[in-house]
Amino acid sequence: MSVATAKERPNTNTPRSVVVEGNEAAAIGVGLSRPDVVAVYPITPQSSLVEHISQMIADGRLNASLMNVEGEHAVLNGLQGVALAGGRTFTATSGPGIAFMFEPYVRTPGLRLPMVASLVTRDLLSPQCVWGGQQDAMVVREAGWIQMHCETVQEILDTTVMAYKIAEHRDVMLPVNVCHDGNYLSFGVTRVELPEQEQVDKFLGPAATNWHIALDPLRPMGVDPLTGGSGGPGARNFVRYRKGECRGMQNALRVISEVHAEWAERFGRSHAPLIEEYRLDDADYALVTIGGMTGAAKDAVDIARDQGEAVGLIKVKTFRPFPLEAMTKALAKVNRVGVVDRSVSFGWNSGPVYAETLGALYHTGKPIPAVSFIGGLAGADITAEHFARAIALTRDLKWQSGPREPVWLNEND
Amino acid sequence: MPDLHELRIHGRGGQGAVLACSILAQALIDDGKHAVSIPSFGFERRGAPVAAFLRFSDAPIRAMTNVYHPDCVICIDPTVAKTVDIYAGMKAGGTVVLTTKSALDELKFPDSVARVGLCDAVGIALSIYKRPVTNAIMLGAFARTSGLVSLASLKEALQQMEFRDAGLSQNLTAAERGYNETQVYDLAKVGHAAAVA
Repeated sequence: MSVATAKERPNTNTPRSVVVEGNEAAAIGVGLSRPDVVAVYPITPQSSLVEHISQMIADGRLNASLMNVEGEHAVLNGLQGVALAGGRTFTATSGPGIAFMFEPYVRTPGLRLPMVASLVTRDLLSPQCVWGGQQDAMVVREAGWIQMHCETVQEILDTTVMAYKIAEHRDVMLPVNVCHDGNYLSFGVTRVELPEQEQVDKFLGPAATNWHIALDPLRPMGVDPLTGGSGGPGARNFVRYRKGECRGMQNALRVISEVHAEWAERFGRSHAPLIEEYRLDDADYALVTIGGMTGAAKDAVDIARDQGEAVGLIKVKTFRPFPLEAMTKALAKVNRVGVVDRSVSFGWNSGPVYAETLGALYHTGKPIPAVSFIGGLAGADITAEHFARAIALTRDLKWQSGPREPVWLNEND
Repeated sequence: MPDLHELRIHGRGGQGAVLACSILAQALIDDGKHAVSIPSFGFERRGAPVAAFLRFSDAPIRAMTNVYHPDCVICIDPTVAKTVDIYAGMKAGGTVVLTTKSALDELKFPDSVARVGLCDAVGIALSIYKRPVTNAIMLGAFARTSGLVSLASLKEALQQMEFRDAGLSQNLTAAERGYNETQVYDLAKVGHAAAVA
């Protein structure tokens, strides 16, 4: 029985497809990846994702154990135990949920546990809000988890499966957050194609345990040793661990690209692994986008192109590790850039992707005019009209030394 | 974009406006269209005004955004139009499908409305479910009014849903009765003086 049996239409479409929301697409991806244990604590706008998985397990469509625990902190602590015992795990969270999960969350990469968790992105409190935004993902961007941001409902399903292969790769062995925008993607309903279970099994192979750290009674060892300090071997040992994590993250850039290429070959659906260049080769200037906002941005680029504007688009899929080389290559093609963020960087008075873009611009050796657009906070919509404004402002950018104020796209909505 | 339709469903929490939007997306996709449905977001609670959005086209749809300029509005609640401007942003030549017991000449419409479908969905719902659950009925009414989706596809889509509050056979009857018991008017043809009260 396939994980998506409940709504499957075997005779109407080839390949097989279902009409589902983004959260259910993630759940299907999880089901196809056959985790051993799923731990859940519901939180808006992630709840329906784990509800779909619970239903799969209850229906016998997914043979996994479900841990229904008392909060997100326990979710991740519990799953660390599963991963240490060699199991494949899954959970999903959002906004305040990841805040409550933070202590075990920051430990996971250092433990080199190849876990996969959906982050259904949501803005952070306060003021009170329950809607989408990417502030949660941006707050945890230095925690050491790989972060991939999805653009479409299909990409959520596909990336969720790919995430296991990336996390479990010997050269990576790091946890992965598959991010999709709360509300617009989590609840957006459309058709997705279903990979065959047998093909996914071949693609993923058996769960790759990190046997360096996995608990083995025949091979007792200390896990998570006390290191650091300034005397004795602690300092260099700690450096060894941290450097290893950093190397794993850099290795992930290659592995993410390889896994996406293999996915395209096996399943016939291609997603840009790190950075997508859209109508960029002959572009004079470009927008940079991340996540579910990108579809409307591409529509706006097409409309501007029809009006003779030489505008292109650079989409960031992998935000951690930051694909510096791919981003530099893309930025080198344009003369002005406007970066659209769905969150803020309090340090830079801009969006975080903007700050990263400025970092990449250093490596092009060509400083160009750049501006930060901030939109879509707390569930606000970024429409093709907002992007048209961003395109016009970017086109007219002049060089300015010193910081520039961000443009708040929904300020007058 | 070729043949893009943008639709908005208005209702109240608990009537199934969001679910209706998904069912319609499924039916349109079964008809070979591309479709994306997105609910508006609020603290979901019974009785509060809700809206859901749908885009469909012969071409793939990329924008994951709300709909601001619908060419079709479906209102599945008879009173929500008193608190929400259900015609906001409507394109000229638009279609509206209303839950109402009123006759056409008792109603007023903005200039943007060209075609009207009227269905006493509350009355039908009370006879089928004993409760005013109007979503499946109004999907039938939409099919009849717009001709953009077939009743057969709607019924097929209903069969794929897992219903918590209503049985499948009731929903199939509801869609069919909505389809059969909707009066469709082209305002220009019937000489209706379209103007908002």
